[in-house]
Amino acid sequence: MNLRASSTRQYIRTALKNDNLRQAVNKATQTALQKRLAIVEQTPNWEDLRLRAHSIKQNVIEHLDEYLERFEKKCGENGIHVHWATDAEEARTIIKKIVRQNNVASIVKSKSLTTEEIHLNPFLTNLGVETLETDLGEYIVQLLDQTPSHLTAPALHLTRQDVGRIFQQKLGVDYTENPHELLQIARKKLRQKFLQADMGISGVNFAIASSGAFVVIENEANARLSMGLPRIHLAVMGIEKLIPTFQDLPLFLKLLPPSATGQKQTVYVNIIGGAQYDVLGEGPEQVHIVLLDNGRSKIAADVELRETLFCIRCGACLNVCPIYQQVGGHAYGWIYMGPIGATLIPQFLGLHEGRFAPFLSSLCGACHEICPMRIRIPHHLLKLRNQVVEAGFSKKGEKSVFKLWAFLAQHPVLYRLTTWLPGKIQIIYRRPFPAPGYWRKRALGLFDSRGFRRRFLDEQKQRKRRANIDQQHGMTT
Amino acid sequence: MQVALFIPCLSEHLYPQSAMSMVKILRHIGAEIDYVDGQTCCGQPAFNSGYRKEIIPIAERFIKLFRHKQYVVAPSGSCVAMVRKFYYDLDIHPNLHQARDDLAAKIFEFTEFLVDVARCDGLGGSFPHAVTYHDSCHLNRELGIHEQPRQLIRAIADVQFIEMEQSDICCGFGGTFSFKFADLSIAMTERKCRYIEESGAEYCIGADSSCLMNIEGFLRRHGKKAKTMHIADLLAASLGL
Repeated sequence: MNLRASSTRQYIRTALKNDNLRQAVNKATQTALQKRLAIVEQTPNWEDLRLRAHSIKQNVIEHLDEYLERFEKKCGENGIHVHWATDAEEARTIIKKIVRQNNVASIVKSKSLTTEEIHLNPFLTNLGVETLETDLGEYIVQLLDQTPSHLTAPALHLTRQDVGRIFQQKLGVDYTENPHELLQIARKKLRQKFLQADMGISGVNFAIASSGAFVVIENEANARLSMGLPRIHLAVMGIEKLIPTFQDLPLFLKLLPPSATGQKQTVYVNIIGGAQYDVLGEGPEQVHIVLLDNGRSKIAADVELRETLFCIRCGACLNVCPIYQQVGGHAYGWIYMGPIGATLIPQFLGLHEGRFAPFLSSLCGACHEICPMRIRIPHHLLKLRNQVVEAGFSKKGEKSVFKLWAFLAQHPVLYRLTTWLPGKIQIIYRRPFPAPGYWRKRALGLFDSRGFRRRFLDEQKQRKRRANIDQQHGMTT
Repeated sequence: MQVALFIPCLSEHLYPQSAMSMVKILRHIGAEIDYVDGQTCCGQPAFNSGYRKEIIPIAERFIKLFRHKQYVVAPSGSCVAMVRKFYYDLDIHPNLHQARDDLAAKIFEFTEFLVDVARCDGLGGSFPHAVTYHDSCHLNRELGIHEQPRQLIRAIADVQFIEMEQSDICCGFGGTFSFKFADLSIAMTERKCRYIEESGAEYCIGADSSCLMNIEGFLRRHGKKAKTMHIADLLAASLGL
């Protein structure tokens, strides 16, 4: 992992020239936004739902330990094996052990960002286990050996023409750009794998603390098949995914699908509450759940930034972000992207590694406005920018510039001089000053050497003089 | 009604005319103008870049300068948002907390002041041109000022007001963002300017000089017909002030 501002800039430059990418991203995000809006407009209490969801998550994250203990206990009662992983490596080791113990040779996976977070696919492949993504978008991305470019739509950056070409190259089928035919191709390839696989791996959308059950929502039934057909089901879950009880679930199911795909509800809502019931013998023999911390409990301890853990990974902030809309998700350089990703990157990868991410924002606030969980994303970006600076990871020389500027700002006469001079120069040289980058396609405004203050004070003097003259005039007549 | 002016950096040094227009309008509605000499920046550029410690003295100085004023009015939403909202993210000296709270309650953006405080529904006047309005992000989302400028524009007798597509999408400025990620910022500005052009308006009205500088810079550089105008200039022009 190497996240550098220079490589980000390089990526952005390439992406901005890629009309295909920009069209794909623009079209997909606009469609999702329009569909979302239609539903939100029909939901008069939408704001109320957001507030309630926020307060529920607030409670959960503040008492995460208690909820996790309850969840673990209930899972045990339901025959679900619970594993604790403090970091990605531990999670991989746990999964390796389960894979080895059960002689797992092939795995089907349904879309899960948390497994991307721990780089599970390359790890399993290296173990010699065939690992196949079964969500259509994720399958396409896997064929390309890429990471998802969106939280809910992994292949959002590709057009159907792109997909046609990828299938032609990677699967050796005839080119088609008909979405239905493309789907059939993928389905044919995947169906067989579901039946053969020894293990299915999924993520978790919500985990119910009081019941020891978890919820996976989807549209393609691939999660359902991945979780139900193989003899082992393993779920990887970030510890922040808990909600207190089943009574809280409808609220989140009302908020997530509209925000994500613009659907009122997803086609499938899977609730996993245990392994095979011994009398009937259907379903997986074993159900495992890996509870992944990987830095989350540290975030949960920060009174302000813990709000970033309320995220339900809907991707609405990506769709509405004017930056994401221009360049897509790969610009951010990690598996969590867009505005919420920009808050998570420095928190998960460290301030040095993630130092550029909080700055990849114009702080316009559209993300906070749309977030179903009301996460104050710009607020957290500002806080993280401050942390990057305090840790000494800002650009060399920047600090001295701001220090000098701060000194000048406390000395009005000096402060005025710094713009008075350029103003004077611009009287002779009537051109905007060259500002690197900015200037290339935009003119910078012209400095005014007189400034408002001078104008106003001069005008004030004139007014006074005029008033005096009027007064004297009045006295003589 | 006493109004102390807060003239942000860009207004002071690049667009003093717009600030003068604001003064004219405020006088027109009967306000008594007070200028606090010695004011500088509110500290926003540094704050947005992550420098908090460095600007605490700037913020404290600002609070002290304006603490005894009845109203403080500025021709910029983002600078008002800085004082009203983001000063709470700074470790201001506890002795100044009360003054900070008071200031947050009496500092207003220009159009907000006209409509919500001075209860001015519109000033009338005449401006026989087609105009559109750009919602600046901080103005719109941090301060919730969306209707006030529109109300003032619509009250001008013969103005043709056209809403552009996505009037509230960011123009791409974002302060230091426009330098740090210049290419991206320009792509965003290009999009904004396309919407302005497509609206067919002759003028893009705004209430924040920073966005207007950015938009104007692009329009001018690319020889576009549309022009930008600060809402204070629009109101002053429509009244012939």
